[in-house]
Amino acid sequence: MSVTYERRLLTRDRGFGLLQKLWLIPWSFVLLLCAIAAVGYVALYSAGGGSAEPYAAKHALRFGFGLVLMLSIAMIDIRFIARLAWVGYATGIALLVLVLLHGNVGKGAQRWIDIGPLQLQPSELMKIMLVLGLAAWFQRASWERMGNLLFLIPPALAVLLPVGLILKQPNLGTALITGMVGAAVFFAAGTRWWKFALAAGGVAVAAPIAYEHLHDYQRARITTFLDPESDPLGAGYNIIQSKIALGSGGLWGKGFLQGTQGHLNFLPEKQTDFIFTMIAEEFGLVGALTVLGLLSLVLVFCFGVALRCRHQFGRLIAVGLGTNFFLYVFVNVAMVTGSIPVGGVPLPLISHGGSAMLTTMLGFGLLLSVYVHRDAEFGPARD
Amino acid sequence: MRLWRRAERGLGSGKPGGSGFKGVRREEERRRGVFTRRALLLGAGQLGLFGFLGSRLYRLQSEEGERYATLAEENRVSARLIPPPRGRILDRNGQVVAGNQLNWRALLVAEQTQDVGATLDTFSRIVPLTEQERARIERELRRRRRFVPVAVREFLSWEDMARIEVNAPDLPGILIDVGTTRLYPEGEHLSHLVGYVAPPAERDMDGDPLLELPGIRVGRAGIERHHDLLLRGRAGAVQLEVNAVGRVIRELDRREGVPGQDVQLSVDAGLQKALRGRIEEGTSVVVMDARNGEVLAMASQPSFDPNVFNAGVSAAQWRQWTSNRATPLINKATNGLYAPGSTFKMIVGLAGLEARVVAPGDRVFCPGHMDLGDTRFHCWQRHGHGSLDLRGAIKLSCDVYFYEVARRLGIDRIAAMANRFGLGTELDIELPGTKKGLVPTRAWRQAQGKPWNLGDTVVHGIGQGFYQLTPLQLATMTARLATGRAVQPHLTRMVGGKPGRGAKAEDWPSLGIPERDLKLMREGMWAVVNEPGGTALGARLPAALGVMAGKTGSVQVRRVSREQRERGFKAENQPREWRPHALFVAFAPYDNPLYAVSVVVEHGMSGAGAAAPLARDAMVEVFNRLRPAAGQRVAEAGR
Repeated sequence: MSVTYERRLLTRDRGFGLLQKLWLIPWSFVLLLCAIAAVGYVALYSAGGGSAEPYAAKHALRFGFGLVLMLSIAMIDIRFIARLAWVGYATGIALLVLVLLHGNVGKGAQRWIDIGPLQLQPSELMKIMLVLGLAAWFQRASWERMGNLLFLIPPALAVLLPVGLILKQPNLGTALITGMVGAAVFFAAGTRWWKFALAAGGVAVAAPIAYEHLHDYQRARITTFLDPESDPLGAGYNIIQSKIALGSGGLWGKGFLQGTQGHLNFLPEKQTDFIFTMIAEEFGLVGALTVLGLLSLVLVFCFGVALRCRHQFGRLIAVGLGTNFFLYVFVNVAMVTGSIPVGGVPLPLISHGGSAMLTTMLGFGLLLSVYVHRDAEFGPARD
Repeated sequence: MRLWRRAERGLGSGKPGGSGFKGVRREEERRRGVFTRRALLLGAGQLGLFGFLGSRLYRLQSEEGERYATLAEENRVSARLIPPPRGRILDRNGQVVAGNQLNWRALLVAEQTQDVGATLDTFSRIVPLTEQERARIERELRRRRRFVPVAVREFLSWEDMARIEVNAPDLPGILIDVGTTRLYPEGEHLSHLVGYVAPPAERDMDGDPLLELPGIRVGRAGIERHHDLLLRGRAGAVQLEVNAVGRVIRELDRREGVPGQDVQLSVDAGLQKALRGRIEEGTSVVVMDARNGEVLAMASQPSFDPNVFNAGVSAAQWRQWTSNRATPLINKATNGLYAPGSTFKMIVGLAGLEARVVAPGDRVFCPGHMDLGDTRFHCWQRHGHGSLDLRGAIKLSCDVYFYEVARRLGIDRIAAMANRFGLGTELDIELPGTKKGLVPTRAWRQAQGKPWNLGDTVVHGIGQGFYQLTPLQLATMTARLATGRAVQPHLTRMVGGKPGRGAKAEDWPSLGIPERDLKLMREGMWAVVNEPGGTALGARLPAALGVMAGKTGSVQVRRVSREQRERGFKAENQPREWRPHALFVAFAPYDNPLYAVSVVVEHGMSGAGAAAPLARDAMVEVFNRLRPAAGQRVAEAGR
């Protein structure tokens, strides 16, 4: 009791020294991230045709940079972050608007902004900023208050606004993930069950009506988006080749650099969306399950942080970011195994890509800040 | 803790925590409880979905792994065929008469040049390309992938190749490559025998994957067609690893094919050429080894150049060939049909002897004609031959004698004897489409709904009438007369270094005709050429070579009416296409027959005048070429 008290005293004041904070960082988790990034390095080395160029070396460099970013953010007091959450949210929205007006459109209708050598996808950043904003809104809400419908309307709008902007890109997949991340935070914050049921019902009723009012070309776009098999030479071909690659890997795989599907270019986008297939082909079921296991540990850690945190803000951030990470992994792996028909989602920490790596590490920085400052004192819950 | 949970289920029934430190703590713990349960729910759900992914991977990689492994192999391995070299066709001395010529080609690989148009422009300045060629190249370039070579020009000359090589730095993407194409060095001289090759048509597809290959050729006629499977060989296969766009990464496995076998013909190319140099349009000559049926030469004029088929025959060329009345595409030695005329008289004689309707010493008086009812059948000798025996009748080719023998025999016994000598039968020659011909019988005529009259029999006794026989059949008949054995003419001497059938005389069965009868016929034929008064005395061989025996013949192509005959019919005054054909059959040497010859000269009028000299020349040529010792003697005698 006395130790806890002392620590609380510490956090209530100017926090504790940088050295002490570094001591509090869960290095086993950092090690886990390094292991996953190393898997990415190996896979990208293979995807580069047995060479560190052009993917693997850059991947290592980006991860190194990301580590520094993550650890720096981990040092920032979580209460400071809470105070600036709305700024982050506003910046995210501003970037989304900007990218709609001036952004570049690439494959899968992802939009990005060129910032020097970096291609920033605001929709990626937005998911983290949305988690921050929602957590800030809900941080001091009591159970009573969560039952108040009026209290829930502003955060609901705060979710719908970026979802709408991302839909406008148009990027249905990311919009859905953004919506689901927001819903997870709502759920963890204590929104009543029946409200979710109502919202789900509303969407179920509204979707066909909205679909009716779309133009034919818009409908066609949605159909192709939801069912790539209807376009067998495009996305459908990719899925088929991905399944062949996975299946032919068998239990133990074809061996490092021996994947025929990947190295003979039957596998498309093997350095980004289909990197998991590359691993599964060369290292088999054993390798694929190992990678999936490592990624599950990250998820477990996220929820562990959430459960150990003593303030609502941190808990909601941990759950939101954990859910975000889960959705990345799930959608990617489900896509390459042909389980769901959505494309264009990279595998975090493993796929090649600077923007995804940076946003992922930014998220983990926030998570670590929550962990380091898990006992920080926020004000009491209010009705 | 339990309290808070109940509170949550009550959906807000609990009052707010109130104020003060204790209230704040209670509220905080309640909130945390809700959060903990919901977070655990979320986390468990998410881990559960990861578990679903794991099971999905298990199904794909473990349960269906083998199926997908097969699919992956099919993806990556591409089998390609290697065309085997086509077997050569050689003459009896080993000279190549159908070989494979290297075909140097200029190819263009689009991906190896920056600007395809510029490369083609430069190429055009070195080796001019026509507009059509240019259009074809550009069409093929558009259709194929950028790394697939496209033929720019085939059959490059040495000069063109040298110029291309020298200018190679200015011709990025151009490479020179070599394929093979069929070459017939003797050109038109052997085309009727050797045949030619052409790209396979739909009906040629017999399931051999080799035929699917581009640039492959199949035998279309002659030996090329008869021995096509032997000459073709079997395709090798190479298994290649290819990537997603079909580019070859490496060779996985290679199975060598079986090259086509060489076929050696019995024909002597030099002899064939010499004969063809001697004969005119509408003439055919067959020279056989009488002992074993090997065809030494088979010439038919006019002919065609088989090399033309390599690059494809133009419509104009084809029209010219098919509309030519002299039928250059048709081998008259196997497909030209003629009545045998007097060359048939030995068959009638043998049939008569066998049926005992005539004895060797029996004499028949020839007054120059024979009357049968109110029809008069003339002998070619208007004033008659007087009294003749069988030998004399052959020597002088008396028609009346054979009218009488035929009258006694009836047509069917004549036809049966003719068939034993190969006439009107399908011969075992290796030339597709060879004619069987026709030796008429009573039944054949009646099947046409017409009666067979005694007059018909009489006319057929001197080889006139419905007969349709080929020069090859006449040569076979002569060989059988000379040897008494049922030799079959054939062209193939060796296949793949192994001798063909019937190389020895003993391989052929006897005809079953008494040697005494055959001897009598041969004596008559000897007299034709060697005895004063014989019909072909001028065709005698130089004494040093040996003695030739033969028989002349001529066949009317139009009936000569009585008025014409009375006004003094002269064949040489008729238009060419109305003049009779001239025939001659011969064998030599007389006492030990080695070679048999038949000659047919269309509209040559007289067998002795037009055909016999050719037969003699052919025989001399054969002796010179195949029996150098005898040739030597001729040369010495000449000096």
